[in-house]
Amino acid sequence: MIQRNNIWSNIDWITVLLYLVLVFMGWFNIYAAVYDTDHQSIFDISQRYGKQLLWIGAGVALAIIIMSIETNFYVFFSYAIYGVMVSLLLLVLLIANEVNGARSWLEIGGFKLQPSEFAKFATALALARYMSTFDFKLKNFKSLAIMALIIFTPAALILLQNDTGSALVYFSFVLVLFREGLSGLVLFLGTLVATLFILALILSKLTLILVLLGAAALIYLILNPKFSQYFKILVFFATGILLSFLLNAILGKKYELGDIIIFGSILGSLVTLVYSLIKKFKNYAIISLFFLGSVLFSISVDYTFNNILESHHQVRIKELLGLESNPYGAGYHVNQSKIAIGSGGMWGKGYLNGTQTKFNFVPEQSTDFIFCTVGEEWGFAGTFVVIALFVFFLSRLVWLAERQRSVFSRIYGYSVAIILFFHFVVNIGMTIGIMPVIGIPLPFFSYGGSSLWSFTILLFIFIRLDASRLENFRDSRNT
Amino acid sequence: MNDYSKRSYIIILVFVLVALVFLIRLFRLQVLDSTYKQYATNNVLREVVQYPARGLIYDRNGELLVYNKTAYDLLITPREVKAFDTTLFCNLLDITREDLEAGIDKAKKYSKYKPSILVKQISPENYAVLQEQLYKFVGFHTQTRTLREYSAPAAAHALGYVGEVTQNDINKDAYYKSGDYIGVSGIEKTYEAQLRGTKGVKKNLVDVHNRIQGSYLGGSEDIPAQIGNNLTTTLDIDLQLYAEKLFKNKKGAVVAIEPSSGEVLALVSAPVYDPGLLVGRVRGANYSMLESDSLLRPLFNRALLAKYPPGSTFKTINALIGLQEQAITTNTMFTCYGKGSSPIRCTHDHGTINVVGAISGSCNPFMWNTFRSIIGRSKTSAEGFNKWRHYLLDFGLGTTLSEDFANSLKGDLPTVDYYNRIYGKGHWNALTVRSLAIGQGELGATPLQMANVAAIVANRGYYYEPHIVKAIEGDTIRSSFKTKHGVEIDAKYFEPIIEGMSRVVKGAYLIPGLEYCGKTGTIQNNHGIDHGAFEAFAPKDNPEIAIFVYVENSKWGASYAAPIAGLLIEKYLNDTIATNRQYVEKLMLNANLLDPNKIVIEDDSEE
Ligand SMILES: [Zn+2]
Repeated sequence: MIQRNNIWSNIDWITVLLYLVLVFMGWFNIYAAVYDTDHQSIFDISQRYGKQLLWIGAGVALAIIIMSIETNFYVFFSYAIYGVMVSLLLLVLLIANEVNGARSWLEIGGFKLQPSEFAKFATALALARYMSTFDFKLKNFKSLAIMALIIFTPAALILLQNDTGSALVYFSFVLVLFREGLSGLVLFLGTLVATLFILALILSKLTLILVLLGAAALIYLILNPKFSQYFKILVFFATGILLSFLLNAILGKKYELGDIIIFGSILGSLVTLVYSLIKKFKNYAIISLFFLGSVLFSISVDYTFNNILESHHQVRIKELLGLESNPYGAGYHVNQSKIAIGSGGMWGKGYLNGTQTKFNFVPEQSTDFIFCTVGEEWGFAGTFVVIALFVFFLSRLVWLAERQRSVFSRIYGYSVAIILFFHFVVNIGMTIGIMPVIGIPLPFFSYGGSSLWSFTILLFIFIRLDASRLENFRDSRNT
Repeated sequence: MNDYSKRSYIIILVFVLVALVFLIRLFRLQVLDSTYKQYATNNVLREVVQYPARGLIYDRNGELLVYNKTAYDLLITPREVKAFDTTLFCNLLDITREDLEAGIDKAKKYSKYKPSILVKQISPENYAVLQEQLYKFVGFHTQTRTLREYSAPAAAHALGYVGEVTQNDINKDAYYKSGDYIGVSGIEKTYEAQLRGTKGVKKNLVDVHNRIQGSYLGGSEDIPAQIGNNLTTTLDIDLQLYAEKLFKNKKGAVVAIEPSSGEVLALVSAPVYDPGLLVGRVRGANYSMLESDSLLRPLFNRALLAKYPPGSTFKTINALIGLQEQAITTNTMFTCYGKGSSPIRCTHDHGTINVVGAISGSCNPFMWNTFRSIIGRSKTSAEGFNKWRHYLLDFGLGTTLSEDFANSLKGDLPTVDYYNRIYGKGHWNALTVRSLAIGQGELGATPLQMANVAAIVANRGYYYEPHIVKAIEGDTIRSSFKTKHGVEIDAKYFEPIIEGMSRVVKGAYLIPGLEYCGKTGTIQNNHGIDHGAFEAFAPKDNPEIAIFVYVENSKWGASYAAPIAGLLIEKYLNDTIATNRQYVEKLMLNANLLDPNKIVIEDDSEE
């Protein structure tokens, strides 16, 4: 109880200040984004900026409440909070009406909330709680499975709401796991998967398999320059491909060249795998497995893309990869966003002088594309400041997380930093055309009560945990 | 702390790397690449051309003749068009569905992103209704234009009309853009540069729906349209209107000039038409209608473009040349044998007369003898003819008399070469070309030229370039208008001619209390009834008006041309027609010379 009085003096005020700076910068930019001469008062609550001020006020109140609650509360009730949030997500699926193709809003007495926003901090709490238990081990399959369940249950429910962007946020927890000791190999595999994914979309099947074959041939050669061994593998593959051609001829030449070579390569790699296992060439076996996996993965990506994804998703992904460009088609929004930011120049057009955002050339200019207003009215100077502030803010969170004595607090802290980072990357990346158009808000900047409150709760629970980092509370792995 | 705490640096490194990627990208977008700024400007800037009002046109007494009325063009930007109620649209604009579809196709062909005119010159009344409904038609907007409006349906030929620029106009002058208006004829054409003003531009900011949100940079880059300069013409609109009225149901022309200045007081080509017919959306149809009237040819400006043989009105010039060349003197007497005269017969038996009697009686043999004497004084016919011809050029025949008219003819004045070609060199003489002596044969003069001849006689030997514009607001008129052009005939030789002309005036065209001078003319017409002409100036001393009236198919100059000229002179000098002369006015007004069956000609001629 004595320490409780010290809470306020132990708060990391720098983080709180950064929070307030970002929130108010966001508010000023929302005002600029929807500003029109008919409604000039920044406090006009019929307008978005007036409402945002209400949300900010409520956010501050929320923060104070969060700070007043005992730390133990969050640890004790982490699973309960998580359970409530997952239930809410389920409820939304059952009762919510569809808005813009998504089913994510919950209406409580005229008040609209987006449970998917609040599920983030709940998941972070549950994950921190689970990973800080004694018997949790990253290399233990059961631990991994439960952890995956915690992360992907809300993600799956949100995906079912048709809110892809918010669901993707949950993949960012991988970085938290990385900090907790997840093998670098996982990240390598992740990178490989991403590369293959992009290659599968960019390249035709024939080119793709030739590229994979070439890469495999090179790696086999590097690992074992002895020609006699290498020659055998070449023969395996050649035979496989030849057989595939023969088979196609027998079947009446039904298949395309790419498909034939793919089938032959699979045959060849299978033979190589069996041969390597018999001869106990471990390296060859691994490469063959990777090759086989890569080919199968690419084929399934290709198939998924062309047969399962809806056409507007296909177009968005293709545009992102530069496969398609049409300034008046689906890329219109990104193009307008780039025009707005690009027209800002070095120093911007000045506050309230933006034309692209104000005159609605930029879509969702107060929510997902709020960064455009910064770019247009404040120029590169403004975007630099915002990005620098975010990087400083995120790094400070990492630093705070590292200074935690409890594993729970550290993992939760990392979760906060990583979730905010993911939003930062995807949102700004989207407005400058290097990320797909995934509708997720820029933390603290974007208009909207749900997102502002969810980020406020997410952050202030951590600030609360940090403020009492010197206390001893129930933590199974206290150091 | 655990073993992996060092990984925090990797994570912070990732943050920084991502931020760097963003900043590099942003630096390129915002600082290095200027194309986005251009795109942004294109997005929000709508340059709206501000069309100036054309200059106003006044008559010599400050009466407003031509002013402007507002009309609206409806423009379409094909890319922005959303589905709309085409039936309502067509009803509002009074166009057919086919017109609409053709218009939209044309606009799309021009540009999908730039606006082009779909419906031109919508009247303010239709516009008021349209504007209330315009919000239903996304991708359409209007622009304000001005059209000509006339305070009186008069002087159509002199004023000319305004039409849309042709590709040729655009090629000649980069000022013009498709859809602009330009003076096509008359004063509107000659004074296009002064009347048109200067187009301006208004730079508006528009939102993504093309709705205007305000002016660009607070309007500091806007260029306001400069309205055209106002013109004061030399026309007297009352005289002009009266002349047009008198020419009802007649073909012909009137040109009246103030001799002391060369200012054209009236310029009529009959049949007349209402200049308002060639304004607005009805212009095309009306133009075709007027143009297709091959019988009356109302668009043909007879005052400037008709080459009529001057006929007996020419006798004044011939007599003046004779006196100056001393081919005759005031005492020279020739004998007329009437119809028995040779080689040119006469309408009357004038007996032995001097030049005054020859002019007043329009004696053909006297003129033939004078002409023969002029030609005969030189060694060869050709030389003599050239001397005679030189005087005609002095009188403005066979020349472009004035630059003040968009389109006028030089008329026909045969040359020595011409006769050499026809008759062979040395094989022709005065006798061969004797018709010239009485203003016939190969001579052709426009009414403007003949009115100027009347002015020269009135001035006793000089003239000012006939012109129709008296003053330009903010500009000066051509200096040539102030230049005195003398003819090489001594003033004293004009007196006997003027004396003869004053004796011509009698009967229906005698104006009590006014001494004035005239000369009738009848021009043979091989295709129908002869044409009548009258050349006059008034008063005899210190003349204020010189006039030439030409009435087609009026038989004798004295039948219609002279009475009409008399009425015009009386109107101009006295402002009213005397009560005892109103029967003449009535007679002239009621005369219909377009229908051959109705023509009543009194046999009352001297010619
Ligand atoms: Zn005679």
